[in-house]
Amino acid sequence: MKTLISAKEVSFSYPNGVTSLIDVTLDLYPGESVAIMGENGAGKTTLVKHFVGLLRPVKGTIEIEDVNARSMTVAEIARKVGYVFQNPLYQLFSETVEKEVSLGLTYLNLPKDELEKRVSSILRDLDLERYRERHPLMLSEGERKRVALASVLVIEPKVLILDEPTLGQDAVEKRKLAELLARLHREGHTVVLVTHDVEFAFEVCDRILVMSKGRIIADGPKREIVTLREVFEAASLTQPQIPRLAALLGRVEFPMETIDIDEAERMLTSMIAEATRR
Amino acid sequence: MAAVSVRNLTYTYPNSSEPNLRDVSLEVESGEFLLVCGPTGGGKSTLCRCILGLIPHFYGGEMLGEVRVLGMDTRETPPSKLTPRVGMIFQNPEDQLVAMSIEEEVAFGPENLGLPRDEIKRRVDEALRLVGIENLRGRSPYELSSGQQQRVAIASILSMRPEILILDEPTSQIDPKSAIDIISLVHRLNKESGMTVVMTEHRLENAAQYADRIVVIGGGRVTHNGRPREVLQLESLTGHGVPVPKIIQLSNRLMGTGVRFDNLPLTVEEAAATLGRMLK
Repeated sequence: MKTLISAKEVSFSYPNGVTSLIDVTLDLYPGESVAIMGENGAGKTTLVKHFVGLLRPVKGTIEIEDVNARSMTVAEIARKVGYVFQNPLYQLFSETVEKEVSLGLTYLNLPKDELEKRVSSILRDLDLERYRERHPLMLSEGERKRVALASVLVIEPKVLILDEPTLGQDAVEKRKLAELLARLHREGHTVVLVTHDVEFAFEVCDRILVMSKGRIIADGPKREIVTLREVFEAASLTQPQIPRLAALLGRVEFPMETIDIDEAERMLTSMIAEATRR
Repeated sequence: MAAVSVRNLTYTYPNSSEPNLRDVSLEVESGEFLLVCGPTGGGKSTLCRCILGLIPHFYGGEMLGEVRVLGMDTRETPPSKLTPRVGMIFQNPEDQLVAMSIEEEVAFGPENLGLPRDEIKRRVDEALRLVGIENLRGRSPYELSSGQQQRVAIASILSMRPEILILDEPTSQIDPKSAIDIISLVHRLNKESGMTVVMTEHRLENAAQYADRIVVIGGGRVTHNGRPREVLQLESLTGHGVPVPKIIQLSNRLMGTGVRFDNLPLTVEEAAATLGRMLK
């Protein structure tokens, strides 16, 4: 299958000499939902900044739809790969939420009514309509994050990268974000999350990539990764709670690959019923 | 005596048409570990600012009702009298680190209190030991990971020997392993030094087991107030922006289908112990 983003033996050091990526190789395919996880300073953000051309590899190559990213400008890449910063303040410039969200679109030469339609629909989706005329800096942290997300989503990039999207979001906001990401995924978007929110990552994403000290130490389907206790240890992560419960109980009827709460409830209910009958 | 006593507090920020806190009444006992949760924008951080005296002194606005901290009425007490006794830890440790070395950072508070030199040294040593970063004392705070930076921030508050420690989402910026370490550290300070703790958090996985009480604040009001096992069991929590940990959600569901738990488990280990006994 054709890759959307492909990193080949990418290494990177910051000018101060700190090595941040060591021989990172990975392929992202259309329609995937991937979480990149790892300890603070593992290289997660440095890696995704390579996907959008904000950083260029010291060694190795990044390809976007089979084209070497080195020959593309940041603006060209931005139409294909959208990046939502961890700190929304880094990407909010305009005086109103509406202007902020329209900003990127004004460079795409869309007809005016198409532009307005897209902006309105994204503001509705992200529950931002009532803030249309507000200054982005007058909003709460969680709301600003949604404005930043809206301003990227509205461009309809093929790949959407979100850096720590759940940070500072409460349970209700997180639920909405999970639903939105699930919908984007269904509609064929490729979604990449950088996060150390373990429960959220394993709920929303299919593929989990774990980094530690600049290297990828595990990469695979979530039901495989979730059982690898030593990987979580190495990357200062915690295993999700339900698999951890399964590990402690150690029963074949309740395997460690169980992530979903409904599934866990069904298994445990029938196990308890069985035990009471005996 | 209550460490913090809030009576009928209604507060409106300047230029805001609606109050951010509405008729909030709340007591925090001396030595208690209080966990404050609820939706963003619901009033948690505003409450922290009120306890510190930053409201009304720095923020202005309209404050009705009364906040007493260690017996002092915050309206009549300048924040400079409160801060050495009430310490505050913010979400992002970089927001409160100012010095070039960790030792200087931790000495900053006691120096400003005008303490004698040997007393400052004693307090710095003590604070660094308490948070377990004695080996980092000569380093710059900026070369540390955010988990370690948060430890430095805590040490720089501890060196003032506060009686109350307020933490506003202290683990939101750090990885899960470091978050567990920070929460255990706060737990230890609470248990061993008897420090009163008021902490706001979105991640309850680690904190719920150590809290004496959980208060939920939403829409500016206290909607729930009780022991963690009682509050987290309530169906009425859904929709209040409280992130009930997966293991507690699962336990609640099992209880709903008739499985009998003596106590709602707050951790995976507790749940495994109870379920293990049932399945034997």
